Amino acid sequence: MTMRIGVVTFPGSLDDGDAARAARIAGAEAVRLWHGDPDLHGVDAVVLPGGFSYGDYLRCGAIARFAPVMETIVDAARGGLPVLGICNGFQVLCEAHLLPGALTRNQHLHFRNRDQWLKVEATNTAWTNGFTPGQEILIPVKNGEGCYVADPATLDKLEAEGRVIARYIKGNPNGSQRDIAGITNEAGNVVGIMPHPEHAVEALTGPSLDGLGFFTSVLRALAGSSAGGQLAGGQQ
Amino acid sequence: MARVVVDVMLKPEILDPQGQAVANALPRLGVTDVSSVRIGRRIEIEFDGEPDLDRAREIADKLLANPVIEDYQVRVVAAAEVA
Repeated sequence: MTMRIGVVTFPGSLDDGDAARAARIAGAEAVRLWHGDPDLHGVDAVVLPGGFSYGDYLRCGAIARFAPVMETIVDAARGGLPVLGICNGFQVLCEAHLLPGALTRNQHLHFRNRDQWLKVEATNTAWTNGFTPGQEILIPVKNGEGCYVADPATLDKLEAEGRVIARYIKGNPNGSQRDIAGITNEAGNVVGIMPHPEHAVEALTGPSLDGLGFFTSVLRALAGSSAGGQLAGGQQ
Repeated sequence: MARVVVDVMLKPEILDPQGQAVANALPRLGVTDVSSVRIGRRIEIEFDGEPDLDRAREIADKLLANPVIEDYQVRVVAAAEVA
């Protein structure tokens, strides 16, 4: 059976089309979800795409957190639904307290738009199980508020529990603490990442095909869980 | 008029690049005796009736500020102070 990956559109989402396309290229059915509709329409996983939800007025992701669809997604994520937040989606996940920490203005204040090397670290999550630990991947980064911050205790906890899923290498584009590019929750089903894997899924439009691994990973995790196993890295 | 002012500031330990950029620009104005600038946000909330500080605090905590990185202060502004 074809897995269904939901992609949320908030007012101001930019990369929802690309995220849906990446899901299709990975072999899933992409289901468009609307911010004002709390129904998840039976999807097997959800992507919160990049962009500027609600114009990023107030603070990135702060208003999206209270969208009707998010109330449902927060509950479902706590119940084990795989959720991937990319860029603005990562900001929304932090504001929704599904992931710790916060994303702040890039330290140099400049918007950064470039192809970025990452080192994948945690491969026991729903969205990264297709990578090998230490694998270096190239995917685009484009953000103005991508600097990951958390208090030292939280950072130590993330490191100790192996919850940093990817780190910037060959340059840190925004000043993120400890070069963190992406993290996961304790159960491994919720992942936030600042760079854009959905922009690196085919040779014509991306610098590599490395981003596809996130979308094929979740299909593998879902296939595993429907076969009676638990989500990769999951404790549900 | 029942107005509550919420002041939101980045926590002291969080780098404020915007404030830093302003501080770095001050010497161009001939200002050389400022060691630090921090930039925050002032939000004014008007209640229909009596100002409700508890509700204002809840609004600030849930929406106006991100307590992970920001501190906030909530206070009622006297009618005479309202511009």
